[in-house]
Amino acid sequence: MTKATASRAEIRDFYDDCAAVLDAEDLAAFPAFFTQDCLYRVISRENHDDGLDHAPIHCRGKAMIIDRVTSTREVALYQPRSLRHFISGVRILSDDGDEIRSSANFLIIESLVEQEPQILMVGRYLDRIVREEGELRFRERSCVYDNYHIRTTLVIPA
Amino acid sequence: MTTAAIETPPAKCWPEDGITRVPAWIYSDPDIYAREMQTFHYGKTWNFVGLDCEVPEPGSFKRSWVGERPVIMVRDHDGTINVVENRCAHRGSLICWETRGKARDLSCPYHHWSYDLKGNLMGLPFLRGAQGKGGMPRGFDKSQHGLTRLRVAVRGGTVWATYSEDTLSFEEYTGPEILERLDRLVSRRPLRLVGYSRQMVKSNWKLYWENSRDPYHATLMHPFLSTFGILRTDGDYHSVPLEGGKHEYTYSQFDPELRNRTSEASQQIKSISNDLKIQDTEVVTSVIDEFNDGMMGAFQLFPTVLVQQYFNCLVVRHMIPKGPGAHELAWTYFGYADDDEKMRELRLKQSNLVGPAGFVSLEDSEVLSLMQPVVESRPDSQQVLEMGGHGTGAQSTMMTETLIRAFYEFYRREMKL
Ligand code: FES
Ligand SMILES: [Fe+2]
Repeated sequence: MTKATASRAEIRDFYDDCAAVLDAEDLAAFPAFFTQDCLYRVISRENHDDGLDHAPIHCRGKAMIIDRVTSTREVALYQPRSLRHFISGVRILSDDGDEIRSSANFLIIESLVEQEPQILMVGRYLDRIVREEGELRFRERSCVYDNYHIRTTLVIPA
Repeated sequence: MTTAAIETPPAKCWPEDGITRVPAWIYSDPDIYAREMQTFHYGKTWNFVGLDCEVPEPGSFKRSWVGERPVIMVRDHDGTINVVENRCAHRGSLICWETRGKARDLSCPYHHWSYDLKGNLMGLPFLRGAQGKGGMPRGFDKSQHGLTRLRVAVRGGTVWATYSEDTLSFEEYTGPEILERLDRLVSRRPLRLVGYSRQMVKSNWKLYWENSRDPYHATLMHPFLSTFGILRTDGDYHSVPLEGGKHEYTYSQFDPELRNRTSEASQQIKSISNDLKIQDTEVVTSVIDEFNDGMMGAFQLFPTVLVQQYFNCLVVRHMIPKGPGAHELAWTYFGYADDDEKMRELRLKQSNLVGPAGFVSLEDSEVLSLMQPVVESRPDSQQVLEMGGHGTGAQSTMMTETLIRAFYEFYRREMKL
């Protein structure tokens, strides 16, 4: 039997750690969850299911994730907000000892000034995870959102 | 008393200073909004509906909107493209529920009236009733109960529709300059659909319409542009109103050396910080000058779209009004059928620039959605539009509001305000 890359509990912790960084707006810590040659994207279910590649956030390689983080932290102008990620239904779809394919549901609630908290996004993570120097990393993360449209703006990665 | 005075009560009079002022009530007044829909979207205009590559085969359809009205763009068996209202002629049910798909005919889910791909009523269940009872009257004429069909114009890979028999031909409507710019992007090679982004913005559609005509804000509110030298106030830039203010285009010649230069103008912009470096420069550079002209820019084709080329990112921003206080933006990203793998990836990477999460567009919807309630709270207030003087001519600068003034010159004429 080939050695498993990680257990379901480890994957769950990995997801929670990544979400905690985003909830804390500690964006500088976000790129470390990815491999150098990763693909990270936030894509609508409409495009994903139809085989259309466009994604509002499409980062090919860690460098692009770093650029998005830099731009969001240093350059972009947006209303102050709090995000909370709720992740459930973490599942390992396959594990060949080198790479795990896993998925989970996500719900992201956004709170803005003068407004009731609202659903920013709801959808599924579709991931490929590997182990590098003992640490789990995303080789690929597709945040596939069910929302028909994005409300106003998508600032913080999903 | 004249009729004009009845149509325009004193409270809804345009300010005396003319087009250098815009009264805030036009962004929230329901009567004005209803009149805009009648005058513009349902009147003598060509509205963007979609791209031909979205409906590749006979029977392929896509849902779209003209004003607030849902329509279906469908490719007929003979290859032509039809646009019909997505509203059943029986009792008004929405016929087509899927965003995109393929069908042999158009059939209403409510009582199964079925229409051909031109919208002609083909049949309806129980036309003669059941067991000799009920059914339609003998005189019921199916030919009188088809779907409302719009006139269609196809230019290159783009599809347009109008409700009016009196609308000018598409080419006359756009004028030669817009036509040339449109052809540059959509008529030289067959198009390829890259995908959609959809965004709900809680502001009056005109706030967004003006925003795309406002180069003054671009380097100030979108610091990304100046930080990475994409657009600088000291660079080449042209703001050109067209067809009496109805359409416009803006463009610049891209200058890769710009980022290394600091000029007096760029020092005035607080947002520039030259110590920031982008790691993947392919996102912000014209890697492949595919139109062989070193140009990038955008144009508005009234009343529905801004067509934009950012390096190799090509996108149609379709503004769909959703009442006085909201609009949806449907972004359709496209490329060309013969794009190679490198070009496909480049378009995806550069599409990070514009869209709901765009480096140079996310601020727009933030600002406008916060602006709408403020504007609504003071319908008696006025916008000031004096940047670049009081005129409406073309200007070779970003520091001008000439495009917005030109728009309101057109708007006032059409709306009789
Ligand atoms: S409403 Fe469409 S068939 Fe009755
Ligand atoms: Fe903008």
